Amino acid sequence: MQLLNRTAGRLSRHRRGPLAGLVVLFLGLVLSGSLYTALAPAPANSQASDTDQIAQGKELFLTSCATCHGKNAEGISTVRDGYQLGPSLVGVGAAAVDFQVGTGRMPMASPGAQAPRKEPVFDEEETAALAAYVASLAPGPAIPNESDYSIEGLSEEEREEAIARGGQIFLTNCTACHNFNGAGGAMPRGGYAPNLHGVEGKYIYEALLTGPQQMPNFSNGNLTPEDKRDVIAYLDSIQETPEYAGFTLGGLGPVSEGLFAWLVGIGSLVGAAVWIASHTTRSKKSKVNA
Amino acid sequence: MSVDTSKVATSNRTEAATASKPGPAGSLASWADDRLGLATMMKKNLRKVFPDHWSFMLGEIALWSFVVLLLTGVFLTLWFNPSMGHVTYEGSYDQLRGIGMSEAMASTLNISFDVRGGLLMRQMHHWAAMIFIAAMMVHLLRVAFTGAYRKPRELNWVIGCLLLLLGTLEGFTGYSLPDDLLSGTGVRAADGFLKATPVAGSYMSFLLFGGEFPGESIIPRLYIIHVLLIPGILLALIAVHMLLLVYHKHTQWPGPGRTEQNVVGFPMLPVYAAKAGGFFFMVFGVIALMGGLLSINPVWKFGPYDPTKVTAGSQPDWYMGWPDGLLRIIPTGWESVIFGYTISWNVMLPILIVPPLMLVVLMLLPFVESWITGDKRDHHLLQRPRNAPTRTAVMVALMTFYGLAWAAGGNDIIAIKLHASINQITYFMRVAIFVGPLLAFWITRRWCISLQRHDNELLLHGYETGIITRSPEGQYAERHLPINTKAAYTLTARDRDHIHPVGSDTDAAGVAAPNSRSDKLRAKLSSWMYGHNVQKPTAAELEAAHHHAEHEAELQSGLDHPVDGHQFDDHRLRDTDEVPLRDH
Repeated sequence: MQLLNRTAGRLSRHRRGPLAGLVVLFLGLVLSGSLYTALAPAPANSQASDTDQIAQGKELFLTSCATCHGKNAEGISTVRDGYQLGPSLVGVGAAAVDFQVGTGRMPMASPGAQAPRKEPVFDEEETAALAAYVASLAPGPAIPNESDYSIEGLSEEEREEAIARGGQIFLTNCTACHNFNGAGGAMPRGGYAPNLHGVEGKYIYEALLTGPQQMPNFSNGNLTPEDKRDVIAYLDSIQETPEYAGFTLGGLGPVSEGLFAWLVGIGSLVGAAVWIASHTTRSKKSKVNA
Repeated sequence: MSVDTSKVATSNRTEAATASKPGPAGSLASWADDRLGLATMMKKNLRKVFPDHWSFMLGEIALWSFVVLLLTGVFLTLWFNPSMGHVTYEGSYDQLRGIGMSEAMASTLNISFDVRGGLLMRQMHHWAAMIFIAAMMVHLLRVAFTGAYRKPRELNWVIGCLLLLLGTLEGFTGYSLPDDLLSGTGVRAADGFLKATPVAGSYMSFLLFGGEFPGESIIPRLYIIHVLLIPGILLALIAVHMLLLVYHKHTQWPGPGRTEQNVVGFPMLPVYAAKAGGFFFMVFGVIALMGGLLSINPVWKFGPYDPTKVTAGSQPDWYMGWPDGLLRIIPTGWESVIFGYTISWNVMLPILIVPPLMLVVLMLLPFVESWITGDKRDHHLLQRPRNAPTRTAVMVALMTFYGLAWAAGGNDIIAIKLHASINQITYFMRVAIFVGPLLAFWITRRWCISLQRHDNELLLHGYETGIITRSPEGQYAERHLPINTKAAYTLTARDRDHIHPVGSDTDAAGVAAPNSRSDKLRAKLSSWMYGHNVQKPTAAELEAAHHHAEHEAELQSGLDHPVDGHQFDDHRLRDTDEVPLRDH
C-alpha cells in the first residue's frame, strides 16, 4: 500500500507537467481502441448468413449498379420508347450476375454497343453477394456447379462421344455467330460475338443459360444440361488439340488466308523476282544497265 | 586452175584435220537430231533473247505456281474420293469420329490426318491456288500499266483475261470439293446465284445439281470439271499464251540501243534457263513453307456440310471476295415483281451482271484504246505509266473499285478486328464504291501529269545537284546539271500524243460524211485522254534550254567557260555516265 501510495505520489508529481495531457490522451485512445477491437461484432469474413450476404449485395448494388438498373433493380427506361439505361434484373438469376460481374462486363465503364470483357471490378465474395441479392428478387437460373459442365466423371469412351456430339451441337447452334473455331464474329451495330478461347466452362454455361447481350437464351429445354456440357467439352478439346496445320492466322477463315497469300506469298515472290532481275550475268564489275 | 594461195593460212601439217570423235552427250544429241530434227529449232530458240526486268517475271510466278498445282493436285487425286455417298468417319481425328459425312469429306480428312504428307500437300495445293490467281492479277496489272497490251498483243491480253476467269472458276470448284461446311455454304450460294437468273435460273440449277440442291451429283461433277475440263483448257491456253509471247517477242523498256525492231537482253541459254529454273524452285519453296507453316482451310474444324449449319466468317477464297463484297453492300430491298415473278436485282447485279461486265471491260481495254488513238502500229517498247496518264488512271480506278468491293467482302472481319460497326462499314462502302474510283482516277491522272512535268524539268534544266552556290551579290542558287545523254535519251524515247481532230460533218463535196457521229465521239475521247498530257520538249526547246543553262553557269562563275559547280568538291571524280536514270 505504501509502495502504491509512493508510486502514485511520484506520478502525481508530474500531473501538471508539460507532457501530462498528451500522455493521458494517448492512453485514452489506446484503451478505447483496444476495447472496441475486443468487443465489436465479428467482421463478415466468417460464414455470413444469407440475409447478411443479401444485405451486403444490396449495398454494393446501390452504389455500383442502381444508376442504370434502378434502386430496386427494376430497370430505368430512357425518354426514347423501348430504350433503357439498364434492363430490369428481376428474375435474371444468380447465373446472370455471376457471368456479367465475374467476367468484368458489369459494371460497364462506359455506354456502348456492347459491354466488353475486362478485369473484374468486384472480388469473388462481392460478386457472390451481388448474385445473392439479385437472386433474392425473383427466382432465376442459379450459378452452375462444376459437375454440371465438366466431363471429368465420364469414362474415356463416353468423353470422346461427348466431345464429338458437342462439336455437332456447337456447329449447329453457336458457329453462326462465334465462328467455326470459336474465334468470334461480328454482330449488327458494332456488337460482336466474343472469342471463346480461354473462357472458363462456368461462364460459357452461364451465358448459354442466361443469353447475355445479343446472345439468344439456350434454356435447358432447348439445350439440355448434357448438351451444354458437351459443347464446353468440345471447346476445351479444340484448344487442347495441337494445331496440326500450323499457325491458324487467327482462325478467322478465308479472309486472313487471303491476306497472307498476298502479303507473304506474293510479297516474297515479287521480292524474289526483283532479286533475280538485279543479279544478272555480267562481264565487268560495274553495274550493267542492260 | 589458178588459185591465189597467198591468203590461205600456211600449215606444216601433213594430213587433213578431221573432227575428233564426239563425247557421249554429243553423240546423243546427233542421234536425236538425226531422228527429230531438233537442231534447227533449238539453234534458233535456245539463244532467244529476253529483256531483263523484275516486272517481266511476275507472270512466271503464275506459271510456276501452276506447275506446283499440277504436282500437288496429282498427289491429292490418288486419295480423294469424289463421292457424296454417306459414310461414318472412323479416322484419326477425335472430334469427328463417329460423325456421318460424305465420302468426299471423309477422304479429305483421311488425306489430312492419315496419309503421310497429305496435309502438307493439301495446304500447298490451296496456297498455290491463291498465289496462282494473285500472280496472274499482278502480271495483268504490269501489262496494263506499261501498255504492253497494245498491238500486236491484244489477243494475248484476251487470252490472259480468260486464264484469269478460268483460274477463278478452277479455284471455286476446288474450294467446293472437300464438302466441308465452308465449301457446302459456297455451293449453296452458287445455287442461289444460278436461281437468281430470270426464267432459266431454276432449270440451270436443276441441270447443274442433277435435281434439287444438294442432290448427289454435284461433287463428282465439280470434280471432273476441276481435274479434267478446266485444267485442260488452262494448259492449252497457257501454251498458246507462251507461244504468242515467243512469236511476238518480249516487250522491253525504251533505252539507248533499244528499238521497235530489236530485243536487248540475255539469251535463253544459259542465262534465262538458269534464272527461270531458279525462280521455279523459289516459288516452290515459298509455297512449301506456307503449306508447312500456315494453316489453310482446316476442314476438320468446319465439319461436314449440313444445310442447317453455317459459320461466321463464311467467305469465299480471296479472288471471289469482290463479288461477295458487292453482294454484302447492295441494299437488300432491290427486287421487282413482274407478272408474279421476283427479279432479284440484289443478287443479279453484284454476281451475274457486274463481274462479267468487269471482265468484258478488261478484255476490251486494248481495243477501245486503239480505236480512240487510231494507232495501228506495232509496239514493242513499253510506256512508263506516267506517260499514259489516262490509261494509268483508268486502271487505278478499276483497282480502287475492285479493292473496295474486296474489302466489303471482309466487312465482318474488319468490324471485329477494328472494333467498328458492320453497318457503318456497309454504309461507307455503298458511297465509296462510286466516289472512290472517281477520286482515284482524278488523283492518279494529275499525279502522272506532274511526273511528266518533272521529266521535262530534268530534260530542260537538269537534275538538282545539291550544290548551293553564292554569287558575289549574295544570291544563293542550287546548281542544276544536265542529266547524262543515256538518261535523256530514255526519257525522250516516247511518242508525242496525237489528239484526233474533230472532222467536219460534211465532206469536201458537201455531202454528209459517213460515221461522223462516231468520229466526233472519238475526237472527244481522244482530247479527254490526251488533252492534259505534257508532251516531251522539242529539239529546239532542249537546245535553247541547254544554251541558256551554260550561259547562266558562265555568268555565275565569272569565268569564260561553263563550270559545273564541282570545282571545290570531290564529285568531279564521278562520271556522269555512271549516274543511272532512276537516281535523278
